[in-house]
Amino acid sequence: MPEVALVADMLVRATPLILAGLAVAIAFKGGVFNIGAEGQLLAGAAAATATTLALSGMPGAFVVTAAAVTGAAAGALWAAIAAELKRRFHVLEIISTIMLNFVAIHLVSYLVRGPLQEPTGIYPQTETFPLSARLPVVLPGTRLHLGFVAAVLIAIALAWVMKNTAWGFRVKAIGSSPRAAWSTGAIAVQRSSFMVFIVSGALAGLAGSIEVSGVTFALYENLSPGHGYTAIAVALIAALNPAAVIASGIFFGILQTGATAMQREFAIPSSLASVAEAALILAVLSVAAYRGRRLPGLPRKSAA
Amino acid sequence: MSELALDLRGISKRFGQVDALDDVSLAAKRGSIHALLGENGAGKTTLMRIAFGMLRPDSGSIAVNRIPINLRSPADAIAAGVGMVHQQFSLVPQMTVAENVALGGRGRFRPQVTARRIADVARRTGLSLDPMRRVIDLGSAERQKLEIIRILAHNADILILDEPTAVLTSRDIGELFTQLRAFAAGGGCIVLITHKLNDALAHADEVTVLRRGRLVLNASMSEVNRSSLTSAMLGSAPAVTARSYKGTPLRQKVVAAFNGVTTEKQGQTPLSFEVLAGEVLGVAALDSGAATMLRVLAGRISHSAGSISIPTHIGFVPENRIGEALVPAFSLTENFALKAAGSRSGVIDWRAMHAAAASVIEDFEVMAEGAGVPASSLSGGNQQRFVLGRELHDDPPLLVLENPTQGLDVNAAASVHARIRAAAARGTAIVFYSSDLDELAEISDRVMVINRSGVKFTSPERQSIGQLLLESGA
Repeated sequence: MPEVALVADMLVRATPLILAGLAVAIAFKGGVFNIGAEGQLLAGAAAATATTLALSGMPGAFVVTAAAVTGAAAGALWAAIAAELKRRFHVLEIISTIMLNFVAIHLVSYLVRGPLQEPTGIYPQTETFPLSARLPVVLPGTRLHLGFVAAVLIAIALAWVMKNTAWGFRVKAIGSSPRAAWSTGAIAVQRSSFMVFIVSGALAGLAGSIEVSGVTFALYENLSPGHGYTAIAVALIAALNPAAVIASGIFFGILQTGATAMQREFAIPSSLASVAEAALILAVLSVAAYRGRRLPGLPRKSAA
Repeated sequence: MSELALDLRGISKRFGQVDALDDVSLAAKRGSIHALLGENGAGKTTLMRIAFGMLRPDSGSIAVNRIPINLRSPADAIAAGVGMVHQQFSLVPQMTVAENVALGGRGRFRPQVTARRIADVARRTGLSLDPMRRVIDLGSAERQKLEIIRILAHNADILILDEPTAVLTSRDIGELFTQLRAFAAGGGCIVLITHKLNDALAHADEVTVLRRGRLVLNASMSEVNRSSLTSAMLGSAPAVTARSYKGTPLRQKVVAAFNGVTTEKQGQTPLSFEVLAGEVLGVAALDSGAATMLRVLAGRISHSAGSISIPTHIGFVPENRIGEALVPAFSLTENFALKAAGSRSGVIDWRAMHAAAASVIEDFEVMAEGAGVPASSLSGGNQQRFVLGRELHDDPPLLVLENPTQGLDVNAAASVHARIRAAAARGTAIVFYSSDLDELAEISDRVMVINRSGVKFTSPERQSIGQLLLESGA
C-alpha cells in the first residue's frame, strides 16, 4: 500500500513541524520572539540521544519516556539562556536565539565526533538506538510513530490551556499589552515571559527528542533540515492558534514530503517546494497587510 | 485683516453607516483665532483632518487663501501653508529640538540653519526653545510648544491645533495663548479644536460649533456667551452642573497612609498623608511626580523609603486608558478578566466573567453591543465607564484615579463624576488626580497639592489650589 505509506510519511514529517510550530506559536503569542526553535530542537535531540544510549538495556517504555523528558528539559534550558540574557542584560531574544541556533548546530557536530560518536569511530554519528528504545509504530507497515499522536494531543491540550486557564490568559495578556498586563492585571510580566521561553523551548526540545526516538534513531549532523525555521511559517500560517498548528504542520509536511517524491520520481528539483512555501508566506503577509492588520506575533512599535 | 484664510464649504463625510460630517462649512480669517467647538464625536477632528489632507471629503470644497485646492495628502496641505498639531505628540524623544524640527525636510541637515529658523519663529511669535535640548528632557508644555514651532518653521500660516490644552497646566495654557495671539497678530490664522468652553470664551475671536456632524453655530465671539455656547454644544439637554453633591460626611477611618515615602523616580521630597474612607481626595501637582506617587498608592510600584499602608484590593484607573487599563484587541469580557489576572490560577470561569462584564456594561451604561466586542470599538467615554465599572466591581476600599475624564466630553465627564461620587458615598476612599484645577475644585472634598516641599492640603477652591501649585514652581 504505497499510498498509505506516503500519507504516513507526510504525517511523520509533520510531527516535528507541529511541535516546533507550537513552540513558536506560544512564544509569539506571549510576545517572545523565539526564532531559536531550531537550536532548541537540536539541544533536545542531543539530550534525548545521550539519555537513550546511556539507558540502553533498560525497559523500552522507560527509555523512551526518559528521552522525551530530558529532550524537553534540554530545549527549555537552551531557551532559558536567551531568557536569562534578556532578563538580566536586555539582550533582544531575536538575536540571541538565532545565535544559539548556530551554537547548537556546532555542539551537535562536536558531540557526534567526540563523546557520542559510534564505537568504531568512523562515522560522524552516534550508535543506532536499539529497537526497544524506539517509539512504537502506530500504523503497521508504515513509519508512522506514536510521536505524531503525541504531537496532536499536545496541540489540542495547549489550545485548551490557552483558551481556558489563567496561565494561558496571562500569556495572551503579556503578548498583547505588557503594560496593561502589569498595570491592570498585576501580572509579573518578566516572570511570565520567562515561563513562555521555557515552555516554548521545551516544546521544541520535545520535537527534537521525538525525531531521534521515532525517525532517525541516531544523532548526526544535519539532523534537522530547518524544522525550527519552517516552524515559524507553520505558526504564522496558523495565526498562532495551537489547534490550527496541527493543520498547518500537516500541510507543510505534505509539501516537503511531496517535494522529495517529486525529485525522486520526476526529477523536479525539491527546492520548488521551498519556493511554494515562501510564496505562500508572502501571500499570507500580503493579505494581512491589505486588511491593515498587524500580523500576529510581529513586534509592534513600542509606545513612546 | 479679515482676509479669508481657510474656507471649507459644504463638507460631508461618511464612515460606513455613520454621517461623520453633513454639509459643514467653516471660514477662518487671517489675524484671528477660530474656535471649533463640540463634544467628543461631534466631527471636529474629522473636519480638520479633511482640511489637512488626511481624509478626503465625500463632497464639498476647500479653498486656502481664496484659491480652491484639491488636497490629496498632508504634503499638499503643508505646501499650501496649512499645519496641524495633533492631539498625540509626534516627536522623536531621543532627538534634539532642532532635529525634530528638521525631520521630514529635504536635503542635508544643517543644525545652524534649523536653529536660525527656530530663532526666526521665536522672533515672530515668542515661542522659543533651545534647539540643542533633547525632547526627552522636555516637559509636556514644552513638547506642545515644539510641535507648534515645528509647523511654523515649515512656513505654515494656517495653524490647526487639536485640543492643545489637554495636557497643559493652567499657567502653561495662559502662556500658550499669549504666543498664539502673537502669531495671529502677525497675520497667521489659527483653528483651535476644543471641547473646553473656557478656552474658546477666553481666547477665540470666532467660533464654529458642531454637534453630531452638523453645523449648529457659526458666529463671532462677541455675539455669543457661555450659555448660548453650552446649549449649542449640548443641544436641548441641560448642561450637567456639579457642586450639588458636596459635603459627604467624612468617616474618620484611615484607608491608606503614606509616611515619609519616597520613590526612586520622584526622589527628593518624602510624602506623608492619609486617605479617609468616603472622601474624595483631590490631587494636584505640576510635574509628573504625581504619576509615580499614584502608582505606589495603587500598589503598582514599590517605594524606596518610608512606610506605606494600603489595602489589598485597590481600584486603579490610569490616565492612559487604552495602553494601560485596557488591551484594545481583547473583548470586554477578556478585559474584565485582565483585572487581577496575575493572582488567578487554574481554569478561568469564562461564563462568570462574561456575566460580570455584562453587568458592568449595564450598570455603568456602557454603549457596547455586548461583552464580546473588542475594547477598541468603544468610544473614549464608554471605555472609561467600563474601566471605572470594572475597578469598582469588587467594591475596593480605595480607588485611585489619574485624569479620569481626560478627553471625555461634558456629559461623559459628568457621568464619571457622578459614579465616583456614588462610590465615595458608599464608603470608598477616592484619590482623584487631575491636571484640570476646575475639575478638582468641583469634585474633591479636600485637595492635596504636591510641590517641591512636600504635600499641602487645601479646601477645594480653584484659587487656593492654583496658589499652592505656583508656590512650588518658584
